Formats: sequence, C-alpha cells, structure tokens
Amino acid sequence: MDLFEYQARDMFEAHGVPVLQGLIADTPEEVEAAAAKIGGVVVVKAQVKAGGRGKAGGVKVAKSPAEAKELSEKIFGLNIKDHIVKRVMVAQGASIAKEFYFSVLLDRSNRTFLSLCSVEGGMEIEQLAEERPEALAKVAVSATKGIDLAEALSIAKQGGFDDETAAKVAPVFVKLYDVFVKEDATLVEVNPLVLTNDGEIIALDGKVSLDDNAEFRHERETMERDQLDPLEAKAKAMDLNYVKLDGEVGIIGNGAGLVMSTLDVVAYAGEKHGGVKPANFLDIGGGASAEVMAAGLDVILNDPQVKSVFVNVFGGITACDAVANGIVGALKTLGDSATKPLVVRLDGNNVLEGRYILEQAAHPLVTVVDTMDEAADKAAELANR
Amino acid sequence: MAIFLDENSRIIVQGMTGAEGMKHTRRMLLGGSNIVGGVNPRKAGEVVDVEGKELPVFGTVAEAMKATGANVSVIFVPPAFAKAAMIEAIDAEIPLAVAITEGIPVHDSAVAWAYNVEKGLKTRLIGPNCPGIISPGKSNAGITPSDICGAGPIGLVSKSGTLTYQMMFELRDIGMSTAIGIGGDPVIGTTHIDALAAFEADPETKAIVLIGEIGGDSEEKAAAYIKANVTKPVVAYVAGFTAPEGKTMGHAGAIVSGSAGTAQAKKEAFEAAGVKVGKTPSETAALMREVYKNL
Repeated sequence: MDLFEYQARDMFEAHGVPVLQGLIADTPEEVEAAAAKIGGVVVVKAQVKAGGRGKAGGVKVAKSPAEAKELSEKIFGLNIKDHIVKRVMVAQGASIAKEFYFSVLLDRSNRTFLSLCSVEGGMEIEQLAEERPEALAKVAVSATKGIDLAEALSIAKQGGFDDETAAKVAPVFVKLYDVFVKEDATLVEVNPLVLTNDGEIIALDGKVSLDDNAEFRHERETMERDQLDPLEAKAKAMDLNYVKLDGEVGIIGNGAGLVMSTLDVVAYAGEKHGGVKPANFLDIGGGASAEVMAAGLDVILNDPQVKSVFVNVFGGITACDAVANGIVGALKTLGDSATKPLVVRLDGNNVLEGRYILEQAAHPLVTVVDTMDEAADKAAELANR
Repeated sequence: MAIFLDENSRIIVQGMTGAEGMKHTRRMLLGGSNIVGGVNPRKAGEVVDVEGKELPVFGTVAEAMKATGANVSVIFVPPAFAKAAMIEAIDAEIPLAVAITEGIPVHDSAVAWAYNVEKGLKTRLIGPNCPGIISPGKSNAGITPSDICGAGPIGLVSKSGTLTYQMMFELRDIGMSTAIGIGGDPVIGTTHIDALAAFEADPETKAIVLIGEIGGDSEEKAAAYIKANVTKPVVAYVAGFTAPEGKTMGHAGAIVSGSAGTAQAKKEAFEAAGVKVGKTPSETAALMREVYKNL
C-alpha cells in the first residue's frame, strides 16, 4: 500500500525525522484556516499518489491565507495522471539552501535492502539515474545489520556529501531506516531532503510504501486508501482477492497463478470473439467452499460490464465435487439474481464426480467444458453475443 | 535421482500439530513421504498418531534432527512465527527447509534470507508462500497432491502452486523427476536458476518446464542462465499478460511496477535465449510433448 505524502509526513514525525508543519485540508476554507494557523509563507500541495504534481499545477506557494485559499480552488479537482485531487496538504514554507535525495527500499532482485543516495536531489530520481548515474550511490543494506550511524555516514559519503553535511544528514538516514523497519515499509523515499538557510536538515517530501502482509502487527489508524472501485470495495469487505479490470468475461479461479493464466487465456480467446476481455481477477484460494463461491459470483454478477462468467478450477487440495457443490449451492443462494451464463471447467482431484454433480443439477445457465482453452473460448463467445 | 528431495528424505514438520500442519502431514504420509516427527515447543515430548504412524513431537528442529536423522523440514507455522521457524531451521543446519506459509511480512523473509547467507547457506530454503517440492514416487514435502502425476523425465520449476498442479496434470502421461514450486513472494530462497542448475546436473531429468509470472526479474535472469549454462531443452510459460500496472495479482510478488516485471518482457527474454514460450498452459505442455518426442 502506497501512502499519501501527508501520511508519510506524519509517520516521519512519529519516528523523529525532521519535517515541517503540515495540515490536511479538503476545502478552500480549510486551506485558509490551515494557512492562518501555520502562518507565514505556505505551500499548498495536492495529495495524489502520482509523480509530477508540480508540473501539473498541483503545488503552489502562497504568501497569505487568502492567497492559499484562492490558489487551492484551482488545485482541488485537478486531474493529475488520472488522479483527481480531493485533498491538499498545507505545509510550512522552507528557505531551501540545498536539495538532496535519500531512499531505502526492498531490492527483490538481490533479496536484500538497498539505499539510494545523492547530494543532488530535487529532480525525479529516474531522471537523475539516467542523466547523472555517477551522482547516485546505490548501497546494499544488510537486512540483519541495517543502517547504523557509521553505515549512514558511509552512504552519505558515497552519495557525494562533504564531511560537514554528511554528519548532519547521517542521523536522519538512521531515523528513516527506523521508519523502514519499524513500519514494515518496502520503500521510504525522501525527495527532496533539504538543507535550509538556517542549516537544518528537513524531509520536505516523502514517499512510503507499506507491506500488506505485515499489517497484522501494526495498529494503524484506519488509513485512507486509494478510492477503491465499488466492486473492489465490496470484494474487500467479503475478504475476496479481487481486482477489477475492464472487460466482459468475469473470472473466478483458484490459485493466483492459475487465475492470472485464466485472464490471459480468455484475452487470447477473445481475439476471435469481438475482442472481449477479462472483467476481473478473482482468486478464491484453495478451499473453494460454497460460501466463498457464492460471494465471488455475487461480486462478479453485480459488475454491469460482465456478459459471461468463466469458473476455472484445478482441484488440488480441494476436490472438484466440493467445488461443484459450491457452484450449485451458490446459484441456489443467488436465485433469480444470477442471470449471466457460466462456463465451468473442472480438472484434477475427483473431477468426474464434480462434473457429474453439475450435469445432474442441469442449471440452465451452466455449461461444463473439459479443457481450459476450450472453456475460455466458450466464455468469450458467450460474452460477445 | 531427483533434485533436492528423494527416497532418502526424512521429513519433520514445523507446526505439525496445527490444523494446516496436521492436515498436510496426513496427506504427505498417505502420499508415501517418510515423515519422522514434528516440532512444537509447547508440545515437546508428546506423540501424535497420524494414519497409524506414531510421530514424536520435539521442542526444536535441532532435537528432532538428532533423534530422527531428519534432513528436511516443512514449515506450516502462521506468518507471525514463520521468521523464527525459518531461523531455527537455518540454525540447526537442516539441509532442506520448505516454507509453505503464505502472508509472511517481506522484512521477515529478507532477514531470514540474510541470516541464511551469513551462516554460509547450509540450508536450502524453498519458498515461502509455495506448494513445496515433490519427487513423484519418492517423496513429497509440501501441499502438492501426491497423485497428479508419476515419476518421469521432466523437471518442473514454477512460481505458482495451481499452475504447478495444472502442468503436472497436463504431462501426467510422461511424468516428472521433481516438481518444485518456488513461491510467489518478493523474497524467496530457491530461485528458478537454482532449480535449473540442479535439473541440468540430474541425469534422470531430460527436459525442463519453467513457469513464471509477472513481477521481479527472476525469469529474465533464468533466461540468461539457460542461454549460458543449460544444455537440456527448456520450455516456458509466463502468466500475467493482462495484469494491469501497479496491482498485486494474488501473490505478494506478482505486480508490474511501471514498465518493470511485465509478462511480455519475460517472454521476450526467454525467446531471445532460444526457449520456446507457450501462450497457454496447454500449449506449453504441447511444446514439451514435441520436445519429449524428439529426445
């Protein structure tokens, strides 16, 4: 999960990383009040999870609360790379002497952590990496040893800092690593980290991504997530592993790899049937019970774009007869609200019993097809009618 | 022969007395695996009867190894305790540890892996978030159904559990030396390359199927490795061509970030290395069938 800038700022503050005052605001009036509270020059910053906010007109400097309010009226509602601005952060203005770059992240390719550091900050890191690769230090960080003060100094030196500035930024690096570990982040990035005219080091803008797998050990206040698609929100409430896509064939399967593969096979089959595409990713996991199947079908049948549904199950741990009973039970539960054709492909454990159950139930909406490729073809054909 | 797991494997189960651990200990036993005990510090000294076999429960992996001669551990403990379980297995220097658990925080896996490296990689770690490893007719360490396919000359390495089962099913008439699910997490122990190297060295394996998916660069590295080091025929399948950017597709590691980790890039890397890539699992199996005919 990626955090908004203001969430990253609050997290930094909680771990002792130096930040400037920042208040969130959802209306121009709230912006005015926040600017008055902070006093002096403020920066109104659009809160969207997209880069290039400044270029898009989403970051403005204001000298007074009235100006902040006026400027924010143009920022609210702005479309920045398909993200609509609904909230801004009003931040205290800073007198910047120098801009630096620091991040620590999970380096999955090398199965370790990695710190990126440069005395040249401010521009997008991708641009820096491309234009001045020699200015960007990439330092592997051991997951067992981490970043202590000595390591932080070494990283700063490699990033091109002089001794005096390195001594100033190193303790901040240690605190940022603290954020990375204690919050179970996969990315903590500060760009820019600034030296002010008063000689202070401040994290002026932050980006943090958190590991969803680690949520169980964090008591976080309910964080405002990206606005979920209504179907994704419904699926989430039912604890389903669902991703909404932009197609016509609803997909239910077991196992992440098999479901991804099912999407591909349907898109491939769709080329022959008017270009129909998969409507979603939905993995109902190993134990495909009637309840989970019903919940999944409920979400998918409520997607107005869906014209047909493909249920693709390989019975590994789960037996196909249990899955078949799940489908029959789900259709019974849904009753008249089930109106779209279902193509079912079962293979593996107890497949004959499973197919027999579906045959006996003879539900008018259900077609049983033996192989995955043929079933995908059938589902695509039905979606194109 | 087979790779990493064979008829001489003596398996203990960390978390055997839990619901998942017990269910799969039973399944592994019924599938012919030589399970010799379990580990649970709170139940040390107890004996559990599983399908007529008396399985002792030990306090630690080291004690279990000493008492039973175990050389494989399968880990079923819940995510919050999985790091400790992996580190315990590494400390005991058990030759093979298979972490089935899904949902382990990636910091925990990263720490366990770094620890394993510091200790000199005495333990081969498979997973986490994987179905485990099966050498049909010899042994099964994990949750792969034992009866999908029998022994044969094909080696299979896959990021996905159900696609492993699907591919074993498609090729059940030919059979497999070993099928290994390496897992779909961002940080895993055994990689595609580790399995490729072992299959290349295994005289029983004549051809290799590799299954990948979006996210990371394991497939690209595997393609380069195959080109330089693998003489046996390899066919590949990659899942996730239709996955949108920035969305996690079920597996924690299955995510396209910007332009990195796409299925298309992985497919192109394989093809550039001379590896045929199937459009669907069935087509991939058909490609392997062609290869097998010409062996």
